[in-house]
Amino acid sequence: MGFEGIGAAVRRKEDRRFLSGRGNYTDDINRPGQLHAVIRRSDRPHARLLRVDTAAAAAAPGVVAVYTGADLDADNVGGVPCGWQIHNKDGSPMAEPKHPVLAVGRVRHVGDPVAVVIAETRQQAKNAAELLEIDYEDLPAAATVRDAIAPGAPALHDDAPGNLCYDWHIGDAAAVDQAFAQAKWRVKLDLLNNRLVPNAMEPRAAIGDFDPSSGDFTLYTTSQNPHVIRLLMGAFVLHIPEHKLRVVAPDVGGGFGSKIYHYAEEAIVTWAAGKLNKPIKWTADRSESFMSDAHGRDHDSTAEMAVAEDGKFLALRVRTLCNMGAYLSTFAPCVPTYLYATLLAGCYTTPAIYAEVKAVFTNTVPVDAYRGAGRPEATFLLERLMDVIAHDTGIDRVELRRKNFIPRDAFPYQTPVALQYDSGDYFTTLDVALKDAGWADFPARRAEAARKGKLRGIGISTYLEACGIAPSAVVGSLGARAGLYEVANVRVHPTGSVTVFTGAHSHGQGHETTFAQLVADQLGVPIANVDVVHGDTGKIPFGMGTYGSRSLAVGGSAMVKAMDKIVAKGKRIAAHLMEASVNDIEFKDGKFTVAGTDKSKALAEISLAAYVPHNYPIEELEPGLDETAFYDPKNFTYPGGCHVCEVEIDRETGSVEVVRFTAVDDIGRVINPMIVEGQVQGGLAQGIGQALMENAVYDGQGQLVTGSFMDYTMPRAHDIPLGLKVATENTMCTHNPLGSKGVGEVGAIGSPPAVINAVVDALRDYGVRHLDMPATPQKIWSIIQSNTPRMAAE
Amino acid sequence: MRDRNGGSTMPQVSLTVNGKSYTKDVEARTLLVELLREGLGLTGTHVGCDTSQCGACVVHVDGKSLKSCTMLAVQANGAKVTTIEGLAAPDGTLHPMQEMFREHHALQCGFCTPGMVMSAIDLVNLHPQGLTEEEIRHGLEGNLCRCTGYHNIVKAIAAAWPLMHGKVQQAA
Repeated sequence: MGFEGIGAAVRRKEDRRFLSGRGNYTDDINRPGQLHAVIRRSDRPHARLLRVDTAAAAAAPGVVAVYTGADLDADNVGGVPCGWQIHNKDGSPMAEPKHPVLAVGRVRHVGDPVAVVIAETRQQAKNAAELLEIDYEDLPAAATVRDAIAPGAPALHDDAPGNLCYDWHIGDAAAVDQAFAQAKWRVKLDLLNNRLVPNAMEPRAAIGDFDPSSGDFTLYTTSQNPHVIRLLMGAFVLHIPEHKLRVVAPDVGGGFGSKIYHYAEEAIVTWAAGKLNKPIKWTADRSESFMSDAHGRDHDSTAEMAVAEDGKFLALRVRTLCNMGAYLSTFAPCVPTYLYATLLAGCYTTPAIYAEVKAVFTNTVPVDAYRGAGRPEATFLLERLMDVIAHDTGIDRVELRRKNFIPRDAFPYQTPVALQYDSGDYFTTLDVALKDAGWADFPARRAEAARKGKLRGIGISTYLEACGIAPSAVVGSLGARAGLYEVANVRVHPTGSVTVFTGAHSHGQGHETTFAQLVADQLGVPIANVDVVHGDTGKIPFGMGTYGSRSLAVGGSAMVKAMDKIVAKGKRIAAHLMEASVNDIEFKDGKFTVAGTDKSKALAEISLAAYVPHNYPIEELEPGLDETAFYDPKNFTYPGGCHVCEVEIDRETGSVEVVRFTAVDDIGRVINPMIVEGQVQGGLAQGIGQALMENAVYDGQGQLVTGSFMDYTMPRAHDIPLGLKVATENTMCTHNPLGSKGVGEVGAIGSPPAVINAVVDALRDYGVRHLDMPATPQKIWSIIQSNTPRMAAE
Repeated sequence: MRDRNGGSTMPQVSLTVNGKSYTKDVEARTLLVELLREGLGLTGTHVGCDTSQCGACVVHVDGKSLKSCTMLAVQANGAKVTTIEGLAAPDGTLHPMQEMFREHHALQCGFCTPGMVMSAIDLVNLHPQGLTEEEIRHGLEGNLCRCTGYHNIVKAIAAAWPLMHGKVQQAA
């Protein structure tokens, strides 16, 4: 066995079952005697729900029960809770209208769940669901934020006047105004961040089960964080005490944020299982997912930068309208505030920043975190603004960025928007990326492409993000209703193998391998002898799950702390066994050694002694070798980097081909470089998807037009360039024991502006200053058709 | 179809899956993927969409890759079907495509993987003269992956080609 510790490109342990069709995804699970649930959803965006007549459905073949919101109300079922409370500028709390599990009195988006039909087979439930007779009284709908906040807009919630959820701000308005008054240039940009559907390949599913003999509930669910679901659903929705509720998130086929939230369907199947004393299984169709999974992004912003004569940024002012959708999803309010506006310094020394964010309810699916969660929105704004400043001022777009970078010796760096960065080197990632991307030789490639009738462009994005969420007290003071620590229970078995119980969850990230590598590195145990257990609240102490690129930075740090305790205890046992002072015991490569001698004991000998404590310091030390650590991070972590995109546009069709993409990211300590590359590549594909093809579209009446893969364009293999280069230039995180910053989201954060900057560059002869995503062929073709190209003065 | 008392029953389908013969009564509208997952308990083949785009359901029917969500079970009557569960040898030795997917980190969450592997095997089988990276990328048009960005999948398939055709790949 070669080196397996930190830095090794170990092949994944979990692959064996996934490659053999032996994964255990929620829809693969079948409980004895199970019934099937199908949800009937609103097909209109906004209506009074007058009547749901269940008689015909209830009488249909195989149907066991039909439930509506009235049944849940009668049983005192609570609304779906929100996990983050934002306050308005005046200190008052945000509007927090009830989010009913099944609609009562009103439906507020296409897809809003109205009733559940439970039958012996799924087909019977589907057939019966069509027999429900529902009386709606249509109401006018508002699908965009601008429509929803316009005077006279239809009101979605009685307790959210003007459809406003909150009106929040951060920064120093006076300092910003003053800087603008004196600036040589004031560069303004209006921009959108397009609404996306996360579309993990596994549709959501949930199985609720109840054992009347013990009173225990079990929920199997496609979740990124089972403990969070147990807490939210148990405490706030179904009033089941946590010790009687077990939540299992087995193999989960991708999440990207969309599987963080507590969804109505989880509560429905769990509640119904208790009512019927049968397991209740629900699996979404893909078109059902489109109208019920939380969507992402959907910002409408104006950004202005005050720039000095020499190109230094003096102040940034941002106003953003963002879409909450019809109801508040679990983390929705914090995404456009504390995960967005606090990133508006980026990697620049902008001394004064002021951002205002208005969050608006609309008749659309709820919007919440999706890969990057706020940081792609901030990065797109900043990095488009950079190129627009370069365009308006004539300053070179690379030099403009470099000139404003936070210097290497300025860390820790306090930004004007709350965050303090611990480490980073934006100069190196920029220089390496420019070199790897062949930036200097681009003019020749552009000319060659022009000879073939193609428009070639190159674009750059120098980004910074904040992840590794998060310090509990900090987020608590900002309105979070949960802590954001992580837990690891490291159990050394009597014969020396190890099980790690982690509160993090792997839904593609490879934790069963990379977390085992941490154990190989610190305890010297081969990864074949390490089992990583995640996803079951019945086995694992309370953890917060995986999102926000936190598994390694927070979950891995918890493991390090737990293993520190293992080693500390092991040293005391070893000292006893080898009759030495504990201060003379060293631990390295899985062996406890008396310093300066060849006396040693392997970890397995120590663990056996711990569980068979015959020759053992029993007066001072308990038996066993099983330690738990909860790790609360001291700060966010701050990955950053440089992405360079090269595109070629076909003038006849407007289609944009990404011909090269270069990513150089700073992610701190690398545990498995193969996994790191995979995370960046996957993120890049999603970023390219957002930039060029993905868009969740509602028509003016609130109908979801892009309701399936027929209309919502997902990136495919041929959309990803052959010339894809992924590299890292790392500076260590200074405040966690691993030095890791996290890598899960950087690909999706840095790439969209690099792509659009390249497209705008390709269209530079057509007078394009900005274009919003997605840069579809139709959009590009229209620009080319309606603009006369300037003759290149070269 | 009639039973021995002359009453009408569901259609019956007989097929071989991964070398084993089955005869099952199915509703006429049952999809092949439903027969595999629910009727035969072979949950390795996945359902990822409802518009025949994603390819998570790809299996081999009589040696050709096919989206099992877009075929009725009764259409597979008399067919030889191979699913992801049937790829490895009885002693557990992985198929070269499975090996290369692992070697090149061509899967993350694993949900698209069964269909991706089955499509990939067919793609390689159909190109005995050689397979360029461009051809691989276009050949995967019918398979969506949200996790990997496809880069390593393409590498894995290119690496599997010589193993499956027993020869060195000619430069394209």
